[in-house]
Order: sequence, then structure tokens, then C-alpha cells
Amino acid sequence: MSSNVTTAGEAPVYNTRVVKQFALMTVVWGIVGMLVGVILAAELIWPDLNMQLPWFHFGRLRPLHTNAVIFAFGGCALFASVYHVVQRTCHTPLFCNWLAGFTFWGWQAVILSAAITLPLGMTSAKEYAELEWPIDIAITLVWVSFAVVFFGTIVKRTTSHIYVANWFFGAFIIAVAVLHLGNSAAIPVTATKSYSAYAGTIDAMIQWWYGHNAVGFFLTAGFLGMMYYFVPKQAGRPVYSYRLSIVHFWALIAVYIWAGPHHLMYSALPDWAQSLGMVMSLILLAPSWGGMINGMMTLSGAWHKLRYDPTLRFLVVSLSFYGMSTFEGPMMAIKTVNALSHNTDWTIGHVHSGALGWVAMVSIGMLYHLIPVLYKRSQMYSIQLINLHFWLSTIGTVLYIASMWVNGIAQGLMWRAFNTDGTLTYSFAESIEASYPGYYVRLFGGVIFLSGMLIMAYNVWRTVRGDEPKQAASAEVQAA
Amino acid sequence: MSTFWSMWIIVITAVTIAGCTWLLFANRKIEASSEETEDGEAPKTGHVYDGIEEYDHPLPGWWFNMYLGTVIFAVVYLVLYPGMGSYAGVLGWTQTGQWQEEVDAAEEKYAPIYAQYASMSVEELIANPEAIKMGRRLFNNNCSVCHGSDGRGSYGFPNLADSNWLYGGSAADIKASITHGRQGAMPAWGAVIGEEGVDNVAEYVFNISGREHDAAKSEKGAQVYTTYCAACHSADGTGMTAIGAPNLTDGVWLYGGSPSLIRHSIRNGRTGNMPAQADKLKAEKIHLLAGYVYNLSKNQ
Repeated sequence: MSSNVTTAGEAPVYNTRVVKQFALMTVVWGIVGMLVGVILAAELIWPDLNMQLPWFHFGRLRPLHTNAVIFAFGGCALFASVYHVVQRTCHTPLFCNWLAGFTFWGWQAVILSAAITLPLGMTSAKEYAELEWPIDIAITLVWVSFAVVFFGTIVKRTTSHIYVANWFFGAFIIAVAVLHLGNSAAIPVTATKSYSAYAGTIDAMIQWWYGHNAVGFFLTAGFLGMMYYFVPKQAGRPVYSYRLSIVHFWALIAVYIWAGPHHLMYSALPDWAQSLGMVMSLILLAPSWGGMINGMMTLSGAWHKLRYDPTLRFLVVSLSFYGMSTFEGPMMAIKTVNALSHNTDWTIGHVHSGALGWVAMVSIGMLYHLIPVLYKRSQMYSIQLINLHFWLSTIGTVLYIASMWVNGIAQGLMWRAFNTDGTLTYSFAESIEASYPGYYVRLFGGVIFLSGMLIMAYNVWRTVRGDEPKQAASAEVQAA
Repeated sequence: MSTFWSMWIIVITAVTIAGCTWLLFANRKIEASSEETEDGEAPKTGHVYDGIEEYDHPLPGWWFNMYLGTVIFAVVYLVLYPGMGSYAGVLGWTQTGQWQEEVDAAEEKYAPIYAQYASMSVEELIANPEAIKMGRRLFNNNCSVCHGSDGRGSYGFPNLADSNWLYGGSAADIKASITHGRQGAMPAWGAVIGEEGVDNVAEYVFNISGREHDAAKSEKGAQVYTTYCAACHSADGTGMTAIGAPNLTDGVWLYGGSPSLIRHSIRNGRTGNMPAQADKLKAEKIHLLAGYVYNLSKNQ
């Protein structure tokens, strides 16, 4: 079957149980997390939607949204693809099945405890790391188990080399462990309250070293690993360039870890740290694009498949959004650009071009490929519904990003407009008022994206149940 | 920064940037490979993972150049600007320096505009439409968050567009309030006079403000008032501007005039804080602000 598999013959019996579990929960948590996002977008227009109850206050639901979409939706998508990919590309079953099962139940327990404690107001007040110390310890246990299962499987592989997807997965698992342990260091006061081990500017720097590398290693390296398996699989083409993957992998993981200070431009952070954060963010552009090029060029010779394969479309469009946001990021890290964009909705737009356009869409493409494989179906229940989902996701993402660009640039310009006597032309409240049209468009885009997720849930349910596919597998019929 | 930490930063920065550059050149093979297979296809690595093969295409030329370009930019930037430990950079740029330059430039540009009004009295300012316009802009930038863009205040924030003044409404009083701020403190009386006392004195307050009230309770409340309240709010309830104790007879209620809110004020007390602006705004600006606020109440 392959030249570097040392044991010939039948494929090993893979552990699909844990992959199925994580794959299905990806759908569930995606809907939950994005629903909370839609509620938050609505609260920004109609603040009274919180019903004057503390549990529904924006400040408490916002961390619930970020934790749910990043760690519940994104996390489950990563667990599912890591477990699926590492077995297949190492040509060996998972190492230690019961421990893999523990990571599933442990991760779900962590998510549930987040969903309970965050609305109750229990928070360490660290962005993307709000969970209090007992939950942090639980995360550590699950994560170490994850590392044992993953690296154990790598060690007992029957292939001579390690596939590029697994390099990214390995870097993602190690870096997230280091970041989580470093940033979450805290002194507990009670079971539900702790104080950070760091203070002042150092605390801010540690926080954004963590925060930006949650983006870099969780949302970028992890999902690049996903991309490196599912794009060539779905396209049925070899990966474009092995040497490009070497260069961009090592450069990406070496440079990403430096980029955190760009979140603290023009702050109490010393000038030297700000400068290093800025130049390293710029150097990051090419290594980031290396992944995009490798994914896109893998399609050469298979572009025609985009006409009738909406799953492949999801994967390719996700790479386009990835390329766009990894260009936007370094630009926003430049001090002069940052002076305009910082604290505006532009940042929110940038995050969501990565979160919706890249992370969510590559995960959705992954699921549409994975679900039929896991449940041994010839294809998803309805290809047309995948196509509908594709358009809803794309339009929803574009509306979201465009409205936040307009808002962000308008806010940045309004805040720095001066009258002839040196007073500010606009009060802060006036910039909020000017942002309302964008808030409506953002909510509309979010609702569209969420509705696509519900369609996916239906499609997945019908596929898992084993219903007869809606239309023939003939390519022409499925044309968009 | 000590020499050690400075060197630490310089060394790991240099090693990282040099390492990235080495990585790029070590894998350089921009020209198409000569070892193409017979069907003209690019060579593969020979690895197969779950059916996935890998080509070994060279790095795209434009990508190679972009990568190199960002590295060169970084090196040049770190020569010009602070970044390498305690090395200050050729340009001597600092963010505090940039801030100071911008402030100095603004100072030079705008100071004469404000200077022309500094010699006028507040009374003169309100006759000058240009001064009032500038005052309104300063108000919108600095005061409207609490007092509202129309100056009419809201719950806990005084209305500045009426003739009712906690600390006096003369031009000098207004200027003093803006410059030095005001700290209002109404003590909590719940524990001292009990719930019945709160209820009775509230009825008395309704009485002196000319509202419907329970006569028997008001009579009992009058004694409580004399003992505990009159010292600040004065014997007749008209308040005392020296300490900002509100007039209780005028129907203006900073913290709401409903019976339950008035009882709440008596029971739990109130704390008001108008921050001092002296450290934030120059005297010339406070002067214009005082003119604008004075004008708000005069020309309501």
C-alpha cells in the first residue's frame, strides 16, 4: 500500500469510537458557542436583553462564548482530527485506548464546568484563560493524557517517517501545555478564587504571550495539522511541497511565540519588547502563508473538483480566509497601524475572519469528510445541504468581517479627529452611535453562520442514522 | 536593564532571526528540480501516509523573497529603533518621546487660542459665542460621560442646566467645583434611627417638600430631623451649599424622588464624587468650561 509502511497487509483496527465522540461534540459545541455569540451581538444592540440578570450580563457571557468556540468547538475538532489522523498516518491504532477515552470525558467535564462557573462570575479575569484554578488543574490532567496518547502513538508508528500533520499536532500539544502552565500560575485563595502569580506589566505580558499563542498554536498550528491531512485527502492529490512544509513549520513555531507584545502597543510595556513583538509579527507573515500555499497548491490538477465538491470548497475557502487574516495580523502589528486599530471593532473583525473563516470552516470541511468515513457511509446524507451550508458560512463570515472593518476604521478615525481648537471632534458615545449599523450587520451575519451550523447538525444526524443519501453520488447532479 | 539581561535579549533575538534566515537558505531550491520523473511530474518524497503522497516542489520564488524582505525589514528596524536589549536605536525614538513631541506641538498650536479667553471674566465669556462653542466641545470631551451631552445629568449626576446648585452657582463656585472636585457624603442612618425612624423622617421630608404625607409620622419624623439631619440640611431643610448638603424642599432629587428611593437614601446614605480636573486640564480650559456651565444655567 505504501513504500514506507514496514508491515504489509491489512490496515490496523483503528480506534474510531473516541474520534466519533469528539466529532459529534464538535457539532454540538459549535452550535452552543455560536449561539452565545449571536446573543452577545444582540446584547450590544439591545443591552436590556440581559434581563438585568447578572448571569446573562455581557461581561459574563463573553468569556463563555470565547471558551465555548475556542476550547469546546475548536478543541473537540482538534481532538477528533488528531486522533483520526495520527492513527492513520502512523498506520497503527491509538496508544492506550482507555486514556484516550479519559481525554474525551475529561474534556467534556472541563467544558461543562466552564459553562457553569463563568455565568456565575467565577473568573481569574485572564482573557481566554478565565477558568479558575481547580478547572485549570483538570485541564492539565486531560492535556497531559492527550500528549501521552498522541506521542505514544507516534512512538509505536509503523511508518518510517512522521507525517507533516503530526509535526503541527505535536507542536500544538506541547506549546499549549507550556502556555497553560505558565499563564495560569496563580495563588488560590478559596476553591473558586485565585490571584495571578504575576503583577502589573509582567502579568499583561505573560497574559498576551499566552493569549497570542493560544491563537498561534491552538487555532493555527493545530488547524494547520488538520488541513495537512484533510485537504490532500479530499482533493485526492499529493501535498504540494515537502520542503515548504519544513521551512514554514519550523519558522512558524520559532517566531509565533514572540508575537504577543503586539497586543500591548503604546502601553506600559517597554519599547524594546514592543519593537520585538512588531518585527517578529512581520517575519511571521511568510511562514504563515507557507501553509496556505501548500494547501492551495495541493489542489493543482484538481481545481475542477471545486465545481461539485462543497466539502473541498469549505477547505479551500478556509485557506483563503487563513491567508487573509495572517496578512492582516502582521499589518495590524505595525505600530502606526495599531495606533488606529487598537481597541476598535477592527480587532473583533480580524479575530472572526480567523475564527469563522479559517477555524470554523476548516473544521466544518473536516467533519463533512470525516463523518461518512467514521460511520462507513458512501457520502453525507445531502450534498446539497453541504452546499447550502457553504454559502451560508461564506456570506455570514463576509458580512461579519466587513461590518467590523467599517466600524473599526470609523471608530479609529473618529477618536483621533480634532477640532481647530484642539478639542476632540467626537465624544465616545458618538462613536458608539455611529457603530450601530455595523452591529446590526454583524448580528445578521452571525445568525446566518449559526443557521448553517444547524443545517450541518441535521445533515450529520441523518448520515449517522444511516439514511439513504438524498441524491445519487454522480458528480454532475451535485453541481452547485 | 542590566548588561546581562540586555545581552540575553540581544542573543536570543539574533539567534532566532539568524536561524530563520538559515532555515530559508538551507532549503533553498528555487529552480525546478532536474530530477523530474519521466512523465514531467515533480519528484515525490517517496513517503505515503494513509494514501497521501508529497511532492518536493521548490519554494515559490515570490514567497522566498517576501520571507527575506521581512527579515531585512526586521534587521533595519532593530538598528533604527529600540529592540535589542538596552540599545536605544539610531533614531533615539521612544514612545514617551513621541507623546511629548505631539503634546508640545499641540501646545504650541492651541495655546494662543485659549490664551485670548484667559483674561476675560466668566461673565464676559458667556457673551462670546466662540468661547461658548469651545466650552461645549471641552464639555463633550470631558464631562458629558456623567453629566450628559446636554448637561442635564442623570441618576446620581447633577443637572447643570438648571438654577439648582449643591455647591453654589456663582462663576467662582462652578470654577472651584471643576478645579478641585467635590466629595459629597450623606451618612447611612438606618442603624442609628431604625427602620421606623427612617419611615418617619421620610414622611417629614415629604412634608417640607410640599408632598402628600402621613401627618402623625411626619410629626415624629420632625424630632428625628432636628436631632440628626438639621446640622447639614439646615433647620428649615433648605440645605447648605458650603458642604453640598441638598435643599430638601425644592423637589429636585439627585438620587430619585420616589418614596422608596428617598427612604433608601436615608437608610443607606449616598456618596457622590466629582473628580478634580486641575491635574488633567489646564487652567485656561477650566476657565472656558466654567463659562460654558455657567451659561448652561443662565440661558436654560
